[in-house]
Amino acid sequence: MPELIPEDSVGIVEPKVYTFDEPLTLRSGQQLPAYQLMVETYGTLNEDASNAVLICHALSGDHHAAGYHSQDDAKPGWWDSAIGPGKPIDTNRFFVVALNNLGGCSGSTGPTSINPETGKAYGSSFPIICVRDWVNSQARLADQLGIQKWAAVIGGSLGGMQALRWSIQFPERVAHCVVIASAPKLTTQNIAFNEVARQAIIKDPEFHDGYYMEQDTIPKTGLMQARMLGHITYLSDDGMALKFGRDLKDGKLNFNYESEFQIESYLRYQGERFSGQFDANTYLLMTKALDYFDPAADHNDNLADCLKQAKCKYMVMSFSTDWRFSPKRSEEIVNALMEADKDVSYVEIESDKGHDAFLMPIPRYMQVFDAFMNRVAINQHLV
Amino acid sequence: MTDPQLRADQEIIANWIKPKQQVLDLGCGAGLLLDHLIQTKDITGYGLEIEEDAITECIKKGINVVQQDLDRGLDNFEDHSIDTVVMTQALQAVKRPDLLLDEMLRVADEAIITFPNFGHWSCRFYLMFKGRMPMSEALPFSWYDTPNIHLCTFKDFEALCHDKGLKVVNRTVVDNELKDSWTVRLWPNMLGQVAIYHVTKR
Repeated sequence: MPELIPEDSVGIVEPKVYTFDEPLTLRSGQQLPAYQLMVETYGTLNEDASNAVLICHALSGDHHAAGYHSQDDAKPGWWDSAIGPGKPIDTNRFFVVALNNLGGCSGSTGPTSINPETGKAYGSSFPIICVRDWVNSQARLADQLGIQKWAAVIGGSLGGMQALRWSIQFPERVAHCVVIASAPKLTTQNIAFNEVARQAIIKDPEFHDGYYMEQDTIPKTGLMQARMLGHITYLSDDGMALKFGRDLKDGKLNFNYESEFQIESYLRYQGERFSGQFDANTYLLMTKALDYFDPAADHNDNLADCLKQAKCKYMVMSFSTDWRFSPKRSEEIVNALMEADKDVSYVEIESDKGHDAFLMPIPRYMQVFDAFMNRVAINQHLV
Repeated sequence: MTDPQLRADQEIIANWIKPKQQVLDLGCGAGLLLDHLIQTKDITGYGLEIEEDAITECIKKGINVVQQDLDRGLDNFEDHSIDTVVMTQALQAVKRPDLLLDEMLRVADEAIITFPNFGHWSCRFYLMFKGRMPMSEALPFSWYDTPNIHLCTFKDFEALCHDKGLKVVNRTVVDNELKDSWTVRLWPNMLGQVAIYHVTKR
């Protein structure tokens, strides 16, 4: 835990619940009659609400993007490296809004929330939710906060997909769109990995068709395995080798199935920790949202055509060893934007950290991110 | 803080570009030319660049810069998708200038290219009298670490354009101080330090 909270941190932060009583019609056709969103904000909204920045989280993220909830917190929010005073998403300049998306398990309405119609947790009856549904819910949040137009909508991975969606769903409400380590849709291989994760969870004997909460249990092993698989896709081959190599915990072979190699120990630890903190049904929902995301599909698979309706300026960033969403995927977005004559800048950042790099304070990454956000501040007349 | 000046070759070609065009600047550096064109000619467009600091400068200026290695060509651009493609003092640094020239005139209707003229008297004298690979203000690198791997002369470039059936719409040259002058234009291949060409397909 931090003895002293770092000076470039937003410090102690407190999340807030926002309630929405009007039904939200989802892409699936189902309706959420009412719901709540858990939200954290950093910085101050200026008088003409021109400095608001929306942070969209990825698969396992939540509203706690930066800062600490208390002095006892071992770690800050998941994007503390990029959000804070003097950081690229500068809270001295911008009013930063981070939320837990619907279907999440960190306080927004999701599978662990009580369904008012049944008096029991939604469980797997929580409807399948899509990126465009999240964007719609985020637009309503913007309304409640008094924000007509975002200075920037920013996200990495699945968060980047939300940012992309924002730019075409509400073109008038986005001035800048930052899409990091993302893709215009998932590849077959991506879907395959998600499916394995889902099967691990669903086939866990403690899953109980998604109503495990009623049985006072959780599909722990399934969720562990899903996370372990996920972790492998988040790290690069070389990065893993550098970090763990073939190091043995005991320094010798034990000829059993306990975790012997350091990487085994690491994955088991990550899986164990995750399964205690994250909801299995939420995991399923998140992977479905990933699989379904394909905005170009509504435009005859022509991404450039799809992006023509956008009015914002884009910044796209990728990481060299990211094999979950490789630089090629970002290039697809950039090429489509250029074909659609949109303002876009693109940088591929050298890193051995794989997909996880988007969460880390890599110097080159911070440099270009900062340069772009500076530009956002200028364009929004904040400086 | 005053902005750095455009190079003379960039200044000249800025005059050749019509207003409101879609421009692609290959090897756009810190985006000085694009910035100038946006301000003075209301153009739109993109710069392709690979050097990190240059890319950062472009982003700071609000120039659309896309990190791209020109040695892979322009396969991500459709035919005739750009009005004018510009390449200032960078053609000599790519692996296959001839193939890139093809690519340039595939994606754009017009190309404006500038390059250091290896036929300049200072290069000839250097090689002739010193017996060493020429170095100068325009060519400051050593033979072993120079990015300029495909230097050519005015005449070489003209020959290439001829072989490819390209039309040279305009050409000019700037001299030692990188300034245009009538004396230089009398004997471009000998007196011109930087060549400036405007070409199209026939």
